[in-house]
Amino acid sequence: MTREEVENGRDDMLIDGCEAEQRLGNAVPDGFNVNYLKVYYGKLFPHGDIFKWMSYGNDGKHPACDQSYFGRREFSFTLDNDIYLRFQSFNSVSELENSIKEKCPFKIDIGPVYSVEPAKRNAYTPDKVIPVERELVFDIDITDYDDVRYCCSGADVCLDCWPLMTVAIKVIDTALRDDFGFNHILWVYSGRRGVHCWVCDGKARRLTDEQRAAIADYFRLYKGNENNNKKVSLVGHALHPFLIRSYTEVLRYFFEEKLLCSQKIFSTEERFEKILEMIPDESITSELRGKWQENRRSSISKDDINVVRWEQLKHMLQSKKQKAQGLRMCVEEIVFSYSYPRLDMEVSKRMNHLLKAPFCVHPKTGRVCVPIDPNCCEEFDPTTVPTLSKLLEELNMGGLRADVDNEWDRTSLGKSVRFFRSSFLQPLLKSCKEEMESSYNSKLQQSKNSLSW
Amino acid sequence: MEIIGPHRRAPAADVVVLTLPLYRSAPPLEVTLEDFELFALDRLRVLKGISDGLSRGKKPEEMEKLVSELWKANMRHPQASEEVNKDIISHFVLRLVYCRTEDLRKWFLSMETTLFRYRFRLQGHEVQRALMAEFDLSYKAVSNAEFESVKDKLVQVARSMNHQPLPSASDTFFKVPFEEVPELVAGRRVFIHKGHAYVAMNQVVSLVVTQFRSNLSKALILTNRKWTSTIREPEKDRLTPIVEALCTSYLGPDYSQPREFGEITIKEIDQVAKSSFPLCMQHLYEKLKEDHHLKHGGRMQLGLFLKGVGLKLDDALAFWKAEFSQKVGSERFDKEYAYSIRHNYGKEGKRTDYTPYSCQKVISSTPGVGDNHGCPYRHFSEENLRAALGKLGVSYRAVEEVMDKVRNRHYQLACSLTFEAVHGSSCDAGINHPNQYFSDSQKILQSKNNSTG
Ligand SMILES: [Zn+2]
Repeated sequence: MTREEVENGRDDMLIDGCEAEQRLGNAVPDGFNVNYLKVYYGKLFPHGDIFKWMSYGNDGKHPACDQSYFGRREFSFTLDNDIYLRFQSFNSVSELENSIKEKCPFKIDIGPVYSVEPAKRNAYTPDKVIPVERELVFDIDITDYDDVRYCCSGADVCLDCWPLMTVAIKVIDTALRDDFGFNHILWVYSGRRGVHCWVCDGKARRLTDEQRAAIADYFRLYKGNENNNKKVSLVGHALHPFLIRSYTEVLRYFFEEKLLCSQKIFSTEERFEKILEMIPDESITSELRGKWQENRRSSISKDDINVVRWEQLKHMLQSKKQKAQGLRMCVEEIVFSYSYPRLDMEVSKRMNHLLKAPFCVHPKTGRVCVPIDPNCCEEFDPTTVPTLSKLLEELNMGGLRADVDNEWDRTSLGKSVRFFRSSFLQPLLKSCKEEMESSYNSKLQQSKNSLSW
Repeated sequence: MEIIGPHRRAPAADVVVLTLPLYRSAPPLEVTLEDFELFALDRLRVLKGISDGLSRGKKPEEMEKLVSELWKANMRHPQASEEVNKDIISHFVLRLVYCRTEDLRKWFLSMETTLFRYRFRLQGHEVQRALMAEFDLSYKAVSNAEFESVKDKLVQVARSMNHQPLPSASDTFFKVPFEEVPELVAGRRVFIHKGHAYVAMNQVVSLVVTQFRSNLSKALILTNRKWTSTIREPEKDRLTPIVEALCTSYLGPDYSQPREFGEITIKEIDQVAKSSFPLCMQHLYEKLKEDHHLKHGGRMQLGLFLKGVGLKLDDALAFWKAEFSQKVGSERFDKEYAYSIRHNYGKEGKRTDYTPYSCQKVISSTPGVGDNHGCPYRHFSEENLRAALGKLGVSYRAVEEVMDKVRNRHYQLACSLTFEAVHGSSCDAGINHPNQYFSDSQKILQSKNNSTG
């Protein structure tokens, strides 16, 4: 029997209410499988909210509504047996819901709105099937930080390295709102090792690829690649206001108060050598190296060694700053290298890139891709995000109920759905409506004017 | 524009003389067949010079000087009005020449835009404002009160860019939606607040250039339609041969169709990789063998190169599968990667046959975390580049010469020097294309084989 079958078997026994299992009450074994997923899509997944969101007000009665809008959106499903279905599209919430329930996808991706229904794209010549709208999206993956985190590597995350994601959310979110003037921004836990960001303002959805690339480049600082160790290089006499704000409001605090000690950035020779490499002045590096190698033999100080060494480094650079040209930004360069967001640029630059839908369940962790509130993202803990099995357990606990509509409300998913609605969806739909009204009115005005000519 | 037979010289047309035309519509000028070709060739020399300058990574100030010199050398006419005519005529002839494929359009668009940019920069403020008005870029200047409120930020931006004069109250700033100045956004060269970029007078070139580029881009599509529908056939004995010859003679082959050495099989790749791949491809090839994986940028760069070298689609699929399946399994390969390989060969998606990347494209790429593509001379750290050259067996002295070119950002010259060191014979034409490196290398090796065998 495969592991899955074993689990299913146990699941069945639970439903049978086997006496011996009674003590466990409503426990559901950890894991991820089709049966769990079926219940999840049947009772918990907020199909209606996803539909409302992706309709951007076009599902209403207003004469300016574009009834074809939702139907031109590409969804793609990754199924249980690794079959990958691209270019799915649906004309109503029930079509969407039925298809999800029937196909039970392990992963749902959302693509752009095309000029025609993606499902019927073969009826058109390729030049007629073009992406016309797409949220501006960002994908930040903690594996891209492997050279600056020592607690985990690869797909693992823990509370020591997660602050890197918190930093990314704070820096990008503030810039999207204050600099670019966007208002409707959704942050989502990717279910395993990072975060996704959806910018949904009308003007964000209509950006061209070139404009998307420009925004992504505005955020790009990290220049390191596999063949170059210098990760960040700050040139010029000063930093751009966006970088100054990021540094003073976010990076410096997180670097000094969290990452420095949690990642033990200066604790071993190998680690501090990596930092010394970033200082282009022999005399300083050899002096610091001397201090730190000696220090290892007689570590009597009760202060954290990472803090002590960081202060020594700052002090030394400060005092020699005027002398050497390349040292002006050295402290900042180190902080930026160890904390500044690293974006997957390709995802943001192209309209037709797919991104996993919120509220999917990650097959490897069983965790739901829940929204993250950027205003208190430091409280977000990826290790306590509801798992599929926990949710089913909570469902079991309440027994069967008549009202099937709000089942999520009595599970720990409730908080996330409520947040999604109140902080993201409602304000978004309100402004979609306003935008629709005003563009409709100005069109009316225009046609009136042209009549009177 | 009307083209008349030879020997009948057109009278100077009665048009307003603008020193920097916007090429809005084809002028009512008559031109001899002779001038038709000669003017176009002169302009091509300018564009080709610009292309070389860009690929050598010249700085803006150097480009400005280069463009001005190229223009003087090729486009000057003793009579000012004649010079404008030549400018306009040659531009419209080249539109015909370069409208015919996506790649040609891209090249022409990029070179003409660069030419326009630097010519615009050379104009005085008065003319610049007049040109802005021509483009309908009537932005409101920032008021004194508003200037004072954001002055600190504007100063920070200016200080973050070397050589940008610090702003003062007497300077003019324009407040522009950020979407309209993507390149200033991308380079963090403007202060952006709530969706508006504060553009300095000396930066309006960016606004104008964006406009110029988008106009020309649309015009090229229209020209292409006109070419296929009303010019190519009727002119097949007169203009068509000239037009077709003009582009191949100067741009060189694009290596989309492997010709010279026919096919290459999987078995041979290993061997020719060692003997004839340029460093950028050799590096990707080794990484692929080592990691059994390459990220998107690397797959494109190496994949299209191999296509140009003569690897057939079926072999390409087998080749990539052999590597990737070791890492991700063959099912995932078929599902996620095979599509893009067929795509490169024009078998999926838009079914365009993609051309291998030129040096210019490779050099201007921006490899990020985990990426191995790009130009080693540009993207490797000095240390890694030295190591890579050492592995190729390049002598110490030659390495120093290469590094010297790298420091001066002459990446293609650095590659040519490597070619010479590896092959022990000169490379006078320089390296412009990885596939050219390959075919030149094969030529030399084959002639060596012939003489020894
Ligand atoms: Zn960790």
